[in-house]
Parts: sequence; structure tokens; C-alpha cells
Amino acid sequence: MNKVHNNKAWWLVLPVFLLVAFSAIVPMMTVVNYSVQDIFDQSSRYFVGADWFRQVLRDPRLHDSLLRQFIYSACVLLIEIPLGIAVALCMPTKGRWSTVCLILMTIPLLIPWNVVGTIWQIFGRGDIGLLGWTLNKLGISYNYASNSADAWVTVLVMDVWHWTSLVAMLSYSGLRAIPDVYYQAARIDQASAWAIFRHIQLPKMKSVLLIAVMLRFMDSFMIYTEPFVLTGGGPGNSTTFLSQTLTTMALGQFDLGPAAAFSLVYFLIILLVSWLFYTAMTHGDKN
Amino acid sequence: MNLRKVVPLLLYILFLLVPIYWLVNMSFKTNGEILGGLSLWPQDFTLANYKVIFTDESWYSGYINSLYYVCLNTVISLTVALPAAYAFSRYRFLGDKHLFFWLLTNRMAPPAVFLLPFFQLYSSIGLFDTHIAVALAHCLFNVPLAVWILEGFISGVPKEIDETAYIDGYSFPKFFVKIFIPLIGSGIGVTAFFCFMFSWVELLLARTLTSVNAKPIAAVMTRTVSASGIDWGVLAAAGVLTILPGMLVIWFVRNHVVKGFALGRV
Repeated sequence: MNKVHNNKAWWLVLPVFLLVAFSAIVPMMTVVNYSVQDIFDQSSRYFVGADWFRQVLRDPRLHDSLLRQFIYSACVLLIEIPLGIAVALCMPTKGRWSTVCLILMTIPLLIPWNVVGTIWQIFGRGDIGLLGWTLNKLGISYNYASNSADAWVTVLVMDVWHWTSLVAMLSYSGLRAIPDVYYQAARIDQASAWAIFRHIQLPKMKSVLLIAVMLRFMDSFMIYTEPFVLTGGGPGNSTTFLSQTLTTMALGQFDLGPAAAFSLVYFLIILLVSWLFYTAMTHGDKN
Repeated sequence: MNLRKVVPLLLYILFLLVPIYWLVNMSFKTNGEILGGLSLWPQDFTLANYKVIFTDESWYSGYINSLYYVCLNTVISLTVALPAAYAFSRYRFLGDKHLFFWLLTNRMAPPAVFLLPFFQLYSSIGLFDTHIAVALAHCLFNVPLAVWILEGFISGVPKEIDETAYIDGYSFPKFFVKIFIPLIGSGIGVTAFFCFMFSWVELLLARTLTSVNAKPIAAVMTRTVSASGIDWGVLAAAGVLTILPGMLVIWFVRNHVVKGFALGRV
């Protein structure tokens, strides 16, 4: 669509700008302010420059949770994106069943995050949960509260349960946007199902997949509530992710300076990785 | 439909539903039965867990608070996002691309980062522990999302409609309310659904910005943990009740959502 150049359109955007600025820029500046000062109380505060940043970047606790976070996000993307695409390909294209499928699939998305944690907490317990009980009966020893590998896998499965539907729905909407002509042409050429997927469906789904990858990366990188409810970050530190480390630092220990510096680093990492995904996936278009 | 597609799909949906089935199943059991052993169906069917929630004000007010700020947030998000999405879709203006990207970066900000500043900001302007505080805080991620989704829908409406309306003598506000909004009904439905969803499921900010008067249900749920252990039955019943509002909303907007997905615009 060719757009008209008109600076008066700013008036239409102004409410959004003011609202988001109020809840984004003011808090952000507070964070920046904290990150360069050492604050004892209202009256005594000292400018410390980049000290907090230096301290935070050397903190081994943060290195550990950053590493855990990257492995976790990578696993989430590697499982959820292919699975979501596969589910979308299996869904009926039209009629009542597609509505039923879509509605059933949105259910996990509509459950408050702490309740997601609760559901899996109940479901996975060895004594009262179906999953834990079944696994133990099958002779697999499973206890997410004491074994860190079990806890880790449970958090991952919980995330797959929770969010794969979003990827599937986005892929489904991308698939529906492909005109029928493409499939007819493919049929004439006697293309295999794989060739149709590789050369028609996948390229056409690119833009929605970009959204899916970015949303899933951002949200899995910020995950807090579900593991907090399920495992509380334990056993040990095996499921303590970045957000939780940060919240403990800011609200638990009240280390405002390091917490603020860490917040900024955290935000920059997300921005950087999202930007990398974005350029990597849109770069292919130009060639 | 062939079997190779139906079977994996059914398996996936089964995987989604089994944990929920377990929660529902448990909410109808007594605590004695829950801890006594595993049963696939409530042997001793009881509604006592639900009765606890519906008769205790501190429980059901949690639901009212949550619903209140979620609706408030959806209304605010839609009201400000509609004109903005129109502007982004129809006009080019100074700094439009940067503004759009900046809006999206707010979706990327971890809520944990904003926790403390939000708390101080809302305390200092006297909004702490009010519904509007939570609604405004949730705008941080809902408004960018709403603008993003609506922009896609609005771009699907041909521009000639706007021009015809102006020639017919409609002023901009009148055109927008009378002609344009009905045209993108599906888009508004889908957007409202997403705003509702993301505001309803968020806990961290909602819990931090409230203490008593606007306490969300998600925070009330921690009450089930007491010195004598966890009250599993009530916890499960409360969980089931948090799933219901979302299901109601998806039921009402299902046609819009399916249409929006079918157009490939979400």
C-alpha cells in the first residue's frame, strides 16, 4: 500500500506514545539511575560509575544462570518450532474441526502462568500426580523435587506443553494464507509432500515463523513464574533462570545497584539476540 | 483427512488435555482421597473445594480484582492502539519506523527489570494497590502487541473506502467510529482476545503492584499453603476457576479468531 506522507498522523500515535513512554521510559531511567549510584537512603547516595557493571559481569552466579538460560531457550526453540510446524501441518484446513482444534489448542495459553506451574506441580508428583506415579510404576525413578535432571526436563516439558500451541497457531495462519494455485501447480509437477513443504510452505511461512521464533525466544528468556512455582529454582540452582536471579537480587537482598546494572545487561542481551534473529531471517529475502 | 495426520494431532491434543484433566479430577476430590491414593475418577465426588472459594470473600474478590484490571487494560489498550494502528498503516510520518520498533522493544523488556521502578513509580503517584495501576503496567506489553496486530488487519482494508467516505462528507472521527471500526470487527475481536490473554496470565507485575484491595487471584492462591501442608483440593479448584474466564472469552470470539487466522493476518 502506498502511504501518504503526513506528519499530522503523529496526533493519532500520540496517546500510544505517551502511555508507553510513561510506563517504559520513566522506569527505565530509574534503572539507569540506580545502576551508576550507590544508594544508602534518601539523602546519601554516591556516584560509582561503572562499578556495578564490572561487579555484575564478573559474578559467577550470573554466569551460571546466563548459561542455563541460553541452553534452556535453545532447547525450547529447537523443540517447539518444529513441533509447532508439524502440528499446524496436521490440522484440518477448514470446517468445524479446525475451529475445535484451534479452541482446544488455545487452552494452555489462557491459563495464568502460576497455575501452569501448579498444574505440573500436581501432575508430576510421585504420590498424587498421574505423570510421576506412572513413571515410577514403570520403573523409572522420577522426582522433580530432588533430582536436578528431572526438574530440568519437567520445566522444559511444561514449556512445550504451554507454548507449542502458539507456534502451531501462527504457522497455521501462515499456511492458510498460501493461495490454492500454488498447490495446484505443485500437483501438476507431481511434487512430493516434502518438496511442497520445502519449496512452497516453508518459504511462505517465513514471516510468521519469524514472529514465532522471536516471541518464543523473548518469552523463554524472561521465564520466571512457572519454574518458580514448580521447583522454586531448585533443586540446588538447577532451574534458577535469569529473571529469578534478578528478582532475588532486587527484592530479596535489595542490592539495587547491581540489580539495576544487571537489568540493563539482561535487556541488551535480549535486544541483541532478537536483532540477530531478525536480520538473519530477513537477510535471506534479499538474495 | 488421512490417518497419518489425525493420529499425531490427536496425540498432541491428548498431551495438552491430560494435565488439565488431572487438575479438574483433583478439584472434585476430598483431600483425604487425594493423599490416600491414585484414582482416575473422583470416588467420593465433592463440591466442597469450590464452596470454600465461593463463600470466602478473600477468595472470590481475587477473581473480581483480576477480571476488573484485565478488562480495564483491554479497553485502554484498544482505545489508544486503534488510532495509532490506523496512522501506522495509512501514513508515513517523521520517525514512524523508529517509533514502531521502539514500541516492539517494550514487548522484549523482561518484567523482572521493571519490577522495582514500577513499584516506586506507582507508589509515588499514589496509585499503588489500585486496579488502574496494574492495568497501566500491563499496557507496557499489550499496547505494542495491539498496535502490531491491528496494523495488519487495517492494512487489509482498501484505502479507497477511506477516500470515498471523506468525499461523502464524513469527518475523520465520524468516519472512524461509524464506518471503519465495524469493518475491522474481526481484528478488534482478535486483538481484544490477545490483550485479555496476556493480561490475565501475567502474575509478576500484578502481584508486585498490589497488596490488599486489588490483589489478583494468582496471588491469593498462595494462601493454600499453610503450616499443615498444602490444601491440594482447594488449590486445584482455584486453578480450574482461573481457566474458565479464558475459555469463555475464546468461545465468544472464536469466529473472529478463526477468521483472523484463516486470513493469515494474525
